[in-house]
Amino acid sequence: MATFTLSIVTPEQVLFEEEVESIVVPGAQGYLGVLAHHAPLITPIVPGRLTVRKNSSTELVMAISGGFLEVSGNKATVLADAVEYADKIDIERAKKALERVQTRLKDKPEGFDFDRAMASLRRAENRLKICETITVGRRQT
Amino acid sequence: MATLRDIKRRIRSVQNTRQITRAMEMVSAAKLRRAQNRVEKSRPYAGKMQLILDNLSAASGELAHPFFEKRVVKKSTLVVVTSDRGFCGSFNHNILRRAETFLKDPAHKSVELVCVGKKGFDHFKKRGWNIIFSQIDYGGNLELAKVRHLSTELTRRFLAKETDEIFLLYTTFISTSRYRVTLERFLNIEQTAQESVGAGVDYIFEPDPVAIYDDLMPRFAMTKIQTALANSFASEHAARMVAMSAATKNAGEMIDTLVLVRNKARQAAITKELLDIVGGAESLHS
Repeated sequence: MATFTLSIVTPEQVLFEEEVESIVVPGAQGYLGVLAHHAPLITPIVPGRLTVRKNSSTELVMAISGGFLEVSGNKATVLADAVEYADKIDIERAKKALERVQTRLKDKPEGFDFDRAMASLRRAENRLKICETITVGRRQT
Repeated sequence: MATLRDIKRRIRSVQNTRQITRAMEMVSAAKLRRAQNRVEKSRPYAGKMQLILDNLSAASGELAHPFFEKRVVKKSTLVVVTSDRGFCGSFNHNILRRAETFLKDPAHKSVELVCVGKKGFDHFKKRGWNIIFSQIDYGGNLELAKVRHLSTELTRRFLAKETDEIFLLYTTFISTSRYRVTLERFLNIEQTAQESVGAGVDYIFEPDPVAIYDDLMPRFAMTKIQTALANSFASEHAARMVAMSAATKNAGEMIDTLVLVRNKARQAAITKELLDIVGGAESLHS
């Protein structure tokens, strides 16, 4: 199957740069798939599950916390705020973040920012959900 | 002439200094490695973000975003990034000198300052400039929350028309021995010339350029500031490392000269004592 180059870039590092067959990205308008030779595209990414299919037997699943997708000239770039492989998610940290934001939403302390709290809630829930739905994080043969 | 004891004391003191400067050099070298790593790893992200922004602004044309709005300048803001600590050669001096030229430039009216780093803060505080916001003792490792705070505060001021242009002044890290003072326009964003962008890549924007701006801009602003801070921190340590290595070398040279002086003084003392003894013996004989 035709492949294209995918790079996943975060502010800290270039996490991934390889030839892949397809990716499924949580775009602002819903999940969207990208195959080789996709038309040039720019779209925001919302918290969700990022699936990368390297070949018919290898699929990587990651949790992404938002960012952008840019596709041009058979190259796709995911600009991620934060991204983790499904099996490397820090569950404890996500749970703590969830608890923290839930109490904040309940107590509504001084200087409380609803939008930011909701964004944080979505990120934490997303991480936990991806952890749960995946029995084997990186399925490799 | 200095006595033998004075010289010995002096040598010991210079040796101590050398030890300290050498330790500082090594600490900075270690910190520099980490900082340099961070700067280099964050480059692809910042570059890509700029590319998206350029394409977006080229495609959306005039409608753009309030960030692009060019206004008649009545108030300017300058963000000065310096270090918290000294002992880094001309690092802070270069930045502050550039800042002074900026402040004298009549093109920027009623400038208000944002100081990141203690050195810059002290400098401008003493001279009575209007400092609206400062971040001192950040140790180069500014937390994300604080960067966000700074970035939202700056963009808010711009959008609320409390300031008409914002500049970042920091040191760009090029290599261990090369860093350059950089003055960069933060807001308003200048639109990149249409023809230089993307060479005719006709992007699909989903949902539409305006909606993407709302997502992109806060991140863009934060990335800009983070890049500036990371670069400045790496440069600071590079500068300190070079300065401390020079200091260590100078101390070494000083010790060498002092040792010669000490030997001479010791020899003179011995000769003098010998002469005394010989003189004493002579006087007994006669």
